[in-house]
Amino acid sequence: MVKDIFNRIYLFLIFVFLYAPIAVLIIFSFNNSKSRANWNGFTLKWYLQLFRDPDIKKALYYTILIAIISSIISTIIGTAAAIGIHSMSKWKKSLVMNITYLPILNPDIVTGISLMILFIFLKVRLGFVSMLLAHVTFNIPYVILSVMPKLKQLNKHLYEAALDLGASPTYAFFKVILPEIMPGIITGALLAFTLSLDDFVISFFTAGSGVTNLSIAIYSMARRGVNPTINALSTLMFLSVLILLFIVNKRTSKDIKEEKN
Amino acid sequence: MKKKWISYSYVLWMTVFIVVPLVLVLFFSFMSSTDGDFSFTLEHYRRFMDFKEPYIKVLWRSVLLAGISTIICLVLGYPVAMILASKKMSKKSFLMFLFVLPMWMNFLLRTYAWMTLLEKNGFINMILSFFNIGPLQLLYNEGAVILGMVYNFLPFMVLPIYSVLRKIDHSVIEAAEDLGADQFTVFRKIIFPLSLPGVFSGISMVFMPAVTTFVISRLLGGGQFMLIGNLIERQFLLAGDWNFGSAVSIVMMLIILISMAVMSKYDKEHEGGGLW
Repeated sequence: MVKDIFNRIYLFLIFVFLYAPIAVLIIFSFNNSKSRANWNGFTLKWYLQLFRDPDIKKALYYTILIAIISSIISTIIGTAAAIGIHSMSKWKKSLVMNITYLPILNPDIVTGISLMILFIFLKVRLGFVSMLLAHVTFNIPYVILSVMPKLKQLNKHLYEAALDLGASPTYAFFKVILPEIMPGIITGALLAFTLSLDDFVISFFTAGSGVTNLSIAIYSMARRGVNPTINALSTLMFLSVLILLFIVNKRTSKDIKEEKN
Repeated sequence: MKKKWISYSYVLWMTVFIVVPLVLVLFFSFMSSTDGDFSFTLEHYRRFMDFKEPYIKVLWRSVLLAGISTIICLVLGYPVAMILASKKMSKKSFLMFLFVLPMWMNFLLRTYAWMTLLEKNGFINMILSFFNIGPLQLLYNEGAVILGMVYNFLPFMVLPIYSVLRKIDHSVIEAAEDLGADQFTVFRKIIFPLSLPGVFSGISMVFMPAVTTFVISRLLGGGQFMLIGNLIERQFLLAGDWNFGSAVSIVMMLIILISMAVMSKYDKEHEGGGLW
């Protein structure tokens, strides 16, 4: 009993440690004074300032655009790659998979500078295109790793059965294989999308000076010191994550209930 | 289903964007300079290892700070994983959700949050001033960097340990108790050894991002606080010394890959639960 109470207190303290910084950030986004030393009354002016900031708007636009395009491209290339790798001979497969693991295992900063060197070497101007190529590059391995397990679970006779029943290989692929591995593809696409939204280090080295995403914008603002508009931005981002996770949770629990019935 | 050709676009992509860039980094690290003069040299590696230069100290400081943060994460995180995995806890999935939630927030914002707490007229100094203490210089020192690392990477320690602990067969623990083992012996002889794969993957998942970070040290450590990540960033973006930067990157990559290999040797069962 005593141990139980102790456990609860410990867990509570850890949660305080995790949430206190976020709570303070949110509270002070409504503070009327620029200094955080005192509370000068409620205001929404930091939010107004945030919405008026053209740099933030541009960064948000690039973040979402790159996340969408890079997750689509990497899902297509990654799924195709997984299917191809699945039917490779053993040593080729392990060679390709080892190289696929490299961007995941390598420190982000090494991936970032190596891509930067490549782009400068190939005389690709650092900007939107280079950042997009970099995002596709670090997303593909995650798509492959999400699709591969589904391919391993796949009953290979299903495809042969479809062919025996007169389906063309393309038809059999779209009607039999693709629906079976769809959950893996969707997981991979979502993973790619969130990783791209959240990326800082690799974007930082490959974006050049003209293009920024939200992370780069936050970094350059935070480097100059504390700024209440970042608090406002954090609050909005935290709220959107919360709402998004809530919806996903609701949906999955509904699915589970429907499966049970 | 023989569709090898379908992966050729990826093999091409992989060669151009994964293999060639790393080969370029390796190439530049052995060249005397980037423009024109492509003669082989080990000068950049020698300069990095030279005790008269500050660089080897930077490497040592990075490993030290990351190591301390990893130990703190393990000490703080292991009990959390145990409490969350214990059967008695009600609303387990909700608590787990609460634990993972801050991780979904942007990494830079989580680090920035500590800037607002620790700065000179920040929240902590504001509370301290009620007790007539301070203002203390809390930001821009080693402690702040370690704090930032622990705060950002603690979930990476808890999750793998939690997923291994949950899989432990409870009858093994009951058997030990039936045979007269007290709680501490059960933990030392059964629970802890069985959770080792999770501990090892937790250690590598905290240590690696911590040792390579340049954001936490830049925002919480201030300009003078150089870790190896800052050193690399500086060489490429400010100093423009690609050759030396490449050599440092190769050293860092080797450290990471070697420690990964060592960790996976201990983690033979491959039971360490991943993040996803």
